Amino acid sequence: MMGEPLSDYKAPVQVHFSPYEFNGGTILAIAGEDYALIATDTRLSQGFSIHSRESPKTYPLSEKTVLGCCGFHGDVLTLTKVLGARLQIFEKDHNKPMPTPSVAAMLSTILYYRRFFPYYTHNLVVGLDEEGKGCVYSFDPVGSYEREFYRAKGSASAMLQPLLDNQLGGKNQQGVERQAMPLKQCVAMVKDVFTSAAERDIYTGDSIIISVVTKEGTKSEQFPLRKD
Amino acid sequence: MASSSMFGPNNPGAFWTGGPAPGQFYNFPGSQSTSAQNSSQRTLYPVVTGTSVLGVQFEGGVVMAADMLGSYGSLARFRDCPRLLKVNDTTVLGAAGDYADFQYLSNVIQQQVIDEECLNDGFGYTPKSLHCWLTRVLYNRRSQFNPLWNTYIVAGIDDEKPFLGYVDKIGMAYEAPSLACGFGAYLALPIIRDAMEKNPTMTQDEAVALIDRCMKLLFYRDARSLNKYQVAVITKAGVDIRGPIKSETNWEVAHMIKGYE
Amino acid sequence: MFRNQYDNDVTVWSPQGRIHQLEYAMEAVKQGSACVGLKSKTHAILIALKRAPSELSAHQKKILPIDDHVAVSIAGLTADARLLCNFMRNECLNSRWAYNKPLPISRLVSMVGSKSQIPTQRYGRRPFGVGLLVAGYDALGPHIYQTCPSANYYDCKAMAIGARSQSARTYLEKHLDVFLDCSLEELAKHGLRALRDTLPSEVDLTSKNCSIGIACKDKKFAILDDEDVSPYLALIEGEERSSRPQAEEAGQAMEADDAGTAGSSTDPVPADPQVVDEGMDQ
Repeated sequence: MMGEPLSDYKAPVQVHFSPYEFNGGTILAIAGEDYALIATDTRLSQGFSIHSRESPKTYPLSEKTVLGCCGFHGDVLTLTKVLGARLQIFEKDHNKPMPTPSVAAMLSTILYYRRFFPYYTHNLVVGLDEEGKGCVYSFDPVGSYEREFYRAKGSASAMLQPLLDNQLGGKNQQGVERQAMPLKQCVAMVKDVFTSAAERDIYTGDSIIISVVTKEGTKSEQFPLRKD
Repeated sequence: MASSSMFGPNNPGAFWTGGPAPGQFYNFPGSQSTSAQNSSQRTLYPVVTGTSVLGVQFEGGVVMAADMLGSYGSLARFRDCPRLLKVNDTTVLGAAGDYADFQYLSNVIQQQVIDEECLNDGFGYTPKSLHCWLTRVLYNRRSQFNPLWNTYIVAGIDDEKPFLGYVDKIGMAYEAPSLACGFGAYLALPIIRDAMEKNPTMTQDEAVALIDRCMKLLFYRDARSLNKYQVAVITKAGVDIRGPIKSETNWEVAHMIKGYE
Repeated sequence: MFRNQYDNDVTVWSPQGRIHQLEYAMEAVKQGSACVGLKSKTHAILIALKRAPSELSAHQKKILPIDDHVAVSIAGLTADARLLCNFMRNECLNSRWAYNKPLPISRLVSMVGSKSQIPTQRYGRRPFGVGLLVAGYDALGPHIYQTCPSANYYDCKAMAIGARSQSARTYLEKHLDVFLDCSLEELAKHGLRALRDTLPSEVDLTSKNCSIGIACKDKKFAILDDEDVSPYLALIEGEERSSRPQAEEAGQAMEADDAGTAGSSTDPVPADPQVVDEGMDQ
């Protein structure tokens, strides 16, 4: 079925410069009574290629604050670096690490600073507040933020969030009140939802890192996901 | 520090005192000339290009390879373009993409190496620091919409451990035990990853043999490649850039392929 | 206090080939309380004597953190030190930003040198009135550097600066050979003994007036104050002050030194500047 000679020939596609790329990744954070949990997968991808299977998207900012950050990895690298530098300046000036709520407020201004050429990043800040309660702050790419009890961000967020609404928020059920989940149960649920998300989303997989912040500090564990 | 053009006259200033402004980073080349630039002076598409670069870690070192073709679109224009740059005795840089941009950045890096040598304080580029610096430069340039149209792979020994790092033209960077860019990412990387999974403690000879096999495969399959390539082997002993190397090819089956006459 | 027609500005040489303004600035360092820095093969430490300007005020911080791998202790004008400190912090941040590496101590100190040199050669400018002991750990190991208002800097095995620091230097010189192989505790003991030698006999080191800074491999620079210092002080508690009579002599010599700058330098010319010891706190 050959038509005209070279009928399928097209001129080379003109390459166009785009300053953004989507590198996948999913983050999930839950605030408990005396703990805060954040989990991310470790896959770094671009289109149909997997760049790395060992690229966690959690960034420990201080002993009691962890940032989850995914989207365009170039922006992620730059943003985390800016934050790290700003936190160090704060620490040296004030002789103490910055409290989590202040980190969140600062991140908001850093993001809004680039309102008209945004960091293409989805961010979650978790840690303990001044009263020692777990807190989760979620951000949009240009700096709007609020404190929440749980939030999923990134490529599989649309799959995780409804499940969290149901299990943690007690939403869309009659006669169910939202109640705090014990840490153990929480970790088990996180593993389940990520395993499910890895089945459906090609940008989520390889493994998850679950970090739990308590008043003793931050502890992390790794859990394998499917690698294809 | 020149003011950033990205925000026009409303430059919001530096992140911190004496530090970089958004999209305008500390002491990087090409940052001062932005205000005079218009779009016609920017790289909006690559001209003379290089194709894949491959890199693999083995026990105690890294091996990296790139062929020597400078393509002008689909024309195999220049046939003697080395794309591996020895930075110092621990660090090698491999580049794909626009060859002129690579030459420009090579000059900048080599000058910095000389400047550091003059300080004679025992410090110089390590693969990690070069990788970080490249990430900042490329991210900076993409933020000014004036990218250096390259993908770089940094290979070397850092702190006695093998290092492989990747940076592309928009400042996306990561480290991994095996890396490839261009067509190599589709054709060679699966083979390299498979080989590394089956043999996690690869020796230098095995790694070089693997790279040779992949370069041959790329020559068979990638129309922008050339059967003439260089291999850099970086170990504790130093940097050894070998080549030009030609692989043995076999085209006996070529006449059986029909339908493209 | 006009003493000399060649000391009105740093840009004026005296006929003896000296710049009096610079020498006055060097004197400011000797007004500050003493600090000691010394290093072994594995550690670089700073030991500093804190002063409280009055009964009502707290003890002034003497060891300022710069980056995770380096800190400085100061003697002289605290305000000038803060400016230099901010400068050094910025340079360290910039190095981490661009190269993801801690700034080598030698490069950091040479940057301070270049910065301090500028006001030593400009009309109407004033040299920094502070001396720094920089302690840090980088890829080449532990380092102690001393910087001066004159923009000189020195790579040291051990050094003491500040008021009556001659006694500490005497101690350090005497024990120089053993420092390299010391453990951290041993090193701290030597440092504390050296610092104690700068004190008048009725005063002793306490957890209130002493702070310790420790640089070592793969650890954040630790600055110890108050009760954190006590375990180290306990190590030398009850010890005889090693060289009391000597120290007293040295102390007197120091006082004399304080009064006549480079007076001890061989210059026989009578136009030696006399130092004013008024108004310069810390």
